[in-house]
Amino acid sequence: MSDLPGDLLYTEEHEWLRREDDASVTIGITDHAQEAIGDLVYVELPEVGSDIDAAGEMAVVESVKAASDVYAPISGNIVAVNEALADDPEKINSDAYGDGWIVRMQPSETIDEGSMMTPDAYQEFLDTLDH
Amino acid sequence: MGSKIPLYDQHTEAGARIVDFGGWDMPLHYGSQKEEHHAVRNNAGVFDVSHMTIIDLSGDCVREFLQYLLANDVAKLKDFGKALYTTMLNPDGGVIDDLIIYFMGNTNYRLIVNAGTREKDLAWIRDQATFFDVAVTERAELAMVAGQGPNARELAAPCIDTEFRDAAVALKRFNGLQAGDVFIARTGYTGEDGWEICMPAVDAASVWKQLLAAGVAPCGLGARDTLRLEAAMNLYGTDMDDTVSPLEAGLAWTIAWEPQERNFIGRAPLEALRNSPDRQRFVGLLLEDKGVLRNHQNVIVEGIGDGEITSGGFSPTIGKSIALARVPAGDYDRAKVGVRGKLLNVRIVETPFVRNGQIRIET
Repeated sequence: MSDLPGDLLYTEEHEWLRREDDASVTIGITDHAQEAIGDLVYVELPEVGSDIDAAGEMAVVESVKAASDVYAPISGNIVAVNEALADDPEKINSDAYGDGWIVRMQPSETIDEGSMMTPDAYQEFLDTLDH
Repeated sequence: MGSKIPLYDQHTEAGARIVDFGGWDMPLHYGSQKEEHHAVRNNAGVFDVSHMTIIDLSGDCVREFLQYLLANDVAKLKDFGKALYTTMLNPDGGVIDDLIIYFMGNTNYRLIVNAGTREKDLAWIRDQATFFDVAVTERAELAMVAGQGPNARELAAPCIDTEFRDAAVALKRFNGLQAGDVFIARTGYTGEDGWEICMPAVDAASVWKQLLAAGVAPCGLGARDTLRLEAAMNLYGTDMDDTVSPLEAGLAWTIAWEPQERNFIGRAPLEALRNSPDRQRFVGLLLEDKGVLRNHQNVIVEGIGDGEITSGGFSPTIGKSIALARVPAGDYDRAKVGVRGKLLNVRIVETPFVRNGQIRIET
C-alpha cells in the first residue's frame, strides 16, 4: 500500500477529501478502498449541480466483483464530476488520490474536521482493521 | 476461518486475497482479477480447485446405478478417461448438483462435484447407492489444479512424468488419463483449452511452483467466475439449485432422453416440463447501456412478464456487461433490466459469449 498523502483528510468510510483554493472540496476513495473493491469497471456519478446531504449516496463504484455505494462525507453541491472515469474507471485503481478523484463539492456548511482523520490517524485506523 | 486447501501457503506467498468459499479459504485474486482473466484468455493461468469434491464409485452394478442417479447417460462413456457433464436431480426434477463424471474402468467412475454441495451430495449418493451395492469413496487426499488457456497444456506438460507426457499432450478434449497416481483430463471451466490435474495433495506444491516458474499466472475465484460467465457455464447455487429444472437452466443438452426406458431420478417431471409452453427460457444478455448487470436483478419483458438475472457481471474480454438470466417463455430478443431505479436496455444473445479467446456474440 502506498503512503497516504499528507494534505488530505480521511473518513472511516475510506474516502479522502482535499480542500481546494476556491473553498471547494475534492473527494475520492482511498487506496485501501480501491484495493478492497478490486478492478473497477464502472462508476456511476452524480449530476453536476445536484445537492447531496452528508451520508447520502454520492456515487456507485462497480468492480468486476460487486457494486459499492460511495456516500458523501459532507453536505454540499456537486460542482464537478470526474468525467474521465466513464471511459477509464481504473484510474481509481491506478491513482486513487490523483486522477482517480470522483467529485468536487461546494460544502454547504463548515466542514467538521473533528469527524475526519489526519493521515496518521487514518493509518492507525487501517492498522486496527483486520485485513 | 475455513478449511485450508493444500496450497494455502503458496497462495498467501503469491499475494492472494483469501475469501471463504463453501467453507474453504480460497484465493479470490492475486492482485488483479482482470489481468488473471486476460492471462487465461491469451496465454495460461492456473487455478487451485482443490476445494472441489472428488468421489470415486466402484462396484459391479456401478453403471446401472449411475444410469439411475444422473440425468445424462454414462453409457455414452466407452473409453477410459472419457468425461461427461451431467446434472444429478431430485425426484422433483430440481438440480441437486452439476458434476463431471469420468469413466475409470468397467466398474469404476470418478465424480467431481461442487465444494458447497459436498455433504448433501455425499449423503444423497450414499443413500441411493445402498440399493446397488456401490462403494462411495471420497478422495479428500487428492488436490486438484486447473491449467487453463491457449498455452496452458504446452506450459504444463513438463510437470507430467516423462513416461506419460506424450499421451497427456495427445489427449482429446473431454478425455483424461491416469499417469501413475496423477489423473489428467483435458477439461475446464473457462471456455479455454487446458488440463485439470488431480494428484496427491503432497505433490501439489511442487506442481504449482513449476507452473508459476513456467510463466503460468496464478488465478483466483474472481477470474474463474468471469471466465465461466463469458463461456456461459452454469454456476451451481446461482444459475440453478434444488428448486430449478435443468430445462430452465440452459442444461437441456445434458439430459439423455434416449433410451426412453432408462428411468433416472427426476425423469417424470422433466418429461412433463419438456414440451410445456410455459417453460422459462435461459438466455444470455448483453447490456447495451452503461452499467453492470448483477445477480438477482429483475428482467422486464414488455407485454410478457418478468425474469431474473442468475449470473451477471462485467465481461473483461468484451468490455461490456453480460448476464445469464431466466426469463418468461415467448419469442423476443430485447428486454430491460432494473438497476438501481433505472431501466437499462439488454439484448438477448446466443451463448457462449466468449470461447477459445474469441468473442462469439455481436457487440
